[in-house]
Amino acid sequence: MLAFFYLFAAISIISALIVVSARSPINSVIALVVCFLSIAGHYILLNAQFLAMVHIIVYTGAIMVLFLFVIMLLNLNKATEPMKTLGTRVAAVLAGGLFFLTLMAAIRHGINITPANEFDPGVGLVRSVGLSLFKEFLLPFEVSSVLFLSAMVGVVMLAKKEKTSPQPLSQVEGLPHDNAPLNKA
Amino acid sequence: MVMTDLLAVLVPALPLAGAVLLSALRRKLSATVAGSIATALIAISFVATVILFSGFDTEAGGRTVRILDWLNITGMDIPLALRIDALSLTMMLIVTGVGALIHLYSIGYMHDDERAPTFFAQLNLFSFAMLMLVMGSNFLVTFIGWEGVGLCSYLLIGFWYTKPDYNYAARKAFVMNRIGDVGMVLAMALLFHFLGTLEYAAVMEQAHSIPAWGLLAITLLLFFGATGKSAQIPLFTWLPDAMAGPTPVSALIHAATMVTAGVFLVVRSSVLFDLVPYTRDVILWTGTATALLAATIGLFQNDIKKVLAYSTVSQLGYMFAALGMGAYSAAMFHVTTHAFFKALLFLAAGSVIHALGGEQDIRKMGGLKGSIKITFVTFFIGTIAISGLPLMSGFFSKDLILAHAFQHSPVAFGLLVFGAVLTTFYMFRLLFLVFYGTYRGKAHAHESPLTMTVPLMVLAVLSVVGGALNLPHLFGGHEPMKHFLESAAAAIRSEEIELSASTEWILMGITAVLVFTTIAFAYGRFVKRTTLEGDEADMPLLKRLIAQRWRVDELYAALFEKPYGWLSEHFHSIGELRIMVPLQNGVGEAALRVGNVVRKLQTGNASFHLLAMVAGIILFLVITLLSN
Amino acid sequence: MNEGIITAIRVVPLEHYVILSFLLFSIGIAGVVFRRNTIIILMCLELMFNSVNLLLTAFSAYHSDPRAQVFVFFIMLVAAAEVTVGLAILVMMKRNVDSVDVNQLNRLKW
Repeated sequence: MLAFFYLFAAISIISALIVVSARSPINSVIALVVCFLSIAGHYILLNAQFLAMVHIIVYTGAIMVLFLFVIMLLNLNKATEPMKTLGTRVAAVLAGGLFFLTLMAAIRHGINITPANEFDPGVGLVRSVGLSLFKEFLLPFEVSSVLFLSAMVGVVMLAKKEKTSPQPLSQVEGLPHDNAPLNKA
Repeated sequence: MVMTDLLAVLVPALPLAGAVLLSALRRKLSATVAGSIATALIAISFVATVILFSGFDTEAGGRTVRILDWLNITGMDIPLALRIDALSLTMMLIVTGVGALIHLYSIGYMHDDERAPTFFAQLNLFSFAMLMLVMGSNFLVTFIGWEGVGLCSYLLIGFWYTKPDYNYAARKAFVMNRIGDVGMVLAMALLFHFLGTLEYAAVMEQAHSIPAWGLLAITLLLFFGATGKSAQIPLFTWLPDAMAGPTPVSALIHAATMVTAGVFLVVRSSVLFDLVPYTRDVILWTGTATALLAATIGLFQNDIKKVLAYSTVSQLGYMFAALGMGAYSAAMFHVTTHAFFKALLFLAAGSVIHALGGEQDIRKMGGLKGSIKITFVTFFIGTIAISGLPLMSGFFSKDLILAHAFQHSPVAFGLLVFGAVLTTFYMFRLLFLVFYGTYRGKAHAHESPLTMTVPLMVLAVLSVVGGALNLPHLFGGHEPMKHFLESAAAAIRSEEIELSASTEWILMGITAVLVFTTIAFAYGRFVKRTTLEGDEADMPLLKRLIAQRWRVDELYAALFEKPYGWLSEHFHSIGELRIMVPLQNGVGEAALRVGNVVRKLQTGNASFHLLAMVAGIILFLVITLLSN
Repeated sequence: MNEGIITAIRVVPLEHYVILSFLLFSIGIAGVVFRRNTIIILMCLELMFNSVNLLLTAFSAYHSDPRAQVFVFFIMLVAAAEVTVGLAILVMMKRNVDSVDVNQLNRLKW
């Protein structure tokens, strides 16, 4: 069992690194799908079967496909991204590393992470999560539908074509370009 | 009971409504209409007060009418409430009654002035403020009125604002009043500190729990506040200058009502003052000194209104002397009679000024008794009333104070009798120089219209019979006013004259003889020979000093104005220009420079901001870790 | 199968899951700072979401408390909404400045 854990952990870390470092966005998306699938494996190891299913459906099935669609529609699949300067890259690695170190220090000192309760094999199955969701969290569950509605309306508002201003913003005359022109890069 | 409450609210509300209405319509109304509205409103207030008075039960004591919550915070409850008791009713009767007469008089006096509606609006506003002052059920409501009358006094003194002198007079009055107000505010703060309430009833009940030094400070500060409003030493110099205002204003504000606010305040807090004999001594001697000082200055003044103004200061001194001796009802009695005869004198003087087309210098008057008969008769009555000729109102009230003084301190008695003699002298000097002899001016004198003479006649009758309000036992009376006021201030009950009847007769006799002698002396000096004051430069030293008002104004200028001016100048040249300005500019420049440096951090680059955010989170986590 | 899972939870220490999710989160952070392509930054955000989800689920399993998993469920809801809006903004950006480079979005300063 421990072997499964290490397998999934290795897959997720490696694929996460690929997500960050891949030149092509398509590769990143594929790596992220792999990462999410390995996380779904973790969920199953943790006996969270309901979550594992929802995770695969929502993330891998819906969200990642959405990413792919956007990349396809905007024709982004070219490795045109200019690399950042060395300083920024060092800073990024440093930031991530420092963050990780700080968190590690946090669990080494002071933050107690030992499990408290007895093990319950029912936890994480559809029954227990469903009961909790529809008893204790019924109202937030219903309210989240409103969130989706507003997100939907917002997306339609944002993504629809504007009739008045067809030209890119950078070419509109009269905008202030005092310090940093938009098309500098 | 609801009816009485309504009436009580109506009494101050009507003048307020008048003030609002008249100031809103001041460009549309004529002087006569505006005056009529103002007079009618204050007259209705008077009727309401009379109804309240007639229905008032002295046995039941006072009544508090809570209009609304004002300052209601934890540990502090100061409502906007009115108190109806014997004391406030007495003052309300004076304010609305005399006030209505003066409003009526003003219709005639101001009919030529194009800003007359504004004048009446301010007069009504003053009445409202004065009524709030006397009716307030706690110190703070009284303080609203206290400030309100100060404001109206300022506005009305400077009513003819095109003359710079008048504006200076108004400003002087305002500043002097404000100095006194500081005392009142501090006294209120101390009272609240000790008792946690400002309600008169509660304060008087718990007065004993205040420590001695607190009582001393409170009473002295209250008295200091009273000296500002009531023109006592050291804050009396504004009142003579306040005569710059229209004469009805002088009559209403600077003779009958506002200047008695200080007396009222002391009587209102008589329980406090009774606990501190030291303060009472201070009051007694301040009052006596003021009475004498002002009376001496009155001797040589040449402006008809200035003489009356100093006379007012002097009479207020008598009231405070009475307060200092614990003779609260005597003081209130003198307030009442003084309101009658001093309003009368001012209005009659106004009538003289009106008749002579604005002339105020008595050296340019004389022989007017034939041409303006009603004014002469009423002025004459006023003069004998204030001089205390037997059986006039001033006789009873002043004699009561003198009797108290005799019982309390022979020195004070002697000084006050001397002051009374001086009063008689300068009042008869005024009377003789204005109405007797030959006319020394050029204008053609004409009698004033009926709206002006009717108030004069009413006030003249009151000046004569006013003494009956508190007729002493000696004359078969039983001092009704004193017994009426007892229900409001318990201290009055213990205020008895323990002199034998013969002593009192002798005292009265002495005063009467002195008064008559003085009149004869004045008659010889001013009717037989018509002695006029010449230039100040030719006078002997003492007389010149007195004629120059003891040079008090100059003293204050040297004592306060000059050092203050010197300090201000140096604060400006050193503190402001050398310290504050560089400091402020430095702060501004530093902010600009720091901003110029820091704003480069704001690159507008999204990934840089993300990096900064991550750095911030790391820093936050590290600090959290290190702190536990 | 069920038996095996139970042993998995017993065998794998909780710290391992914590460290794993920390690692994923830090990689996400590094990516957000590192990359300039907005769509990849969005993906890194998803990665961070998921590391938090994993942590929550791990604690939920070790504490036998299903409520944490309900929270994970809600986080997924919010993430879905967020991604749709984010991608719509991306479309806007592409249309307006003809690029998906975050450094093009430097108008946050005057």
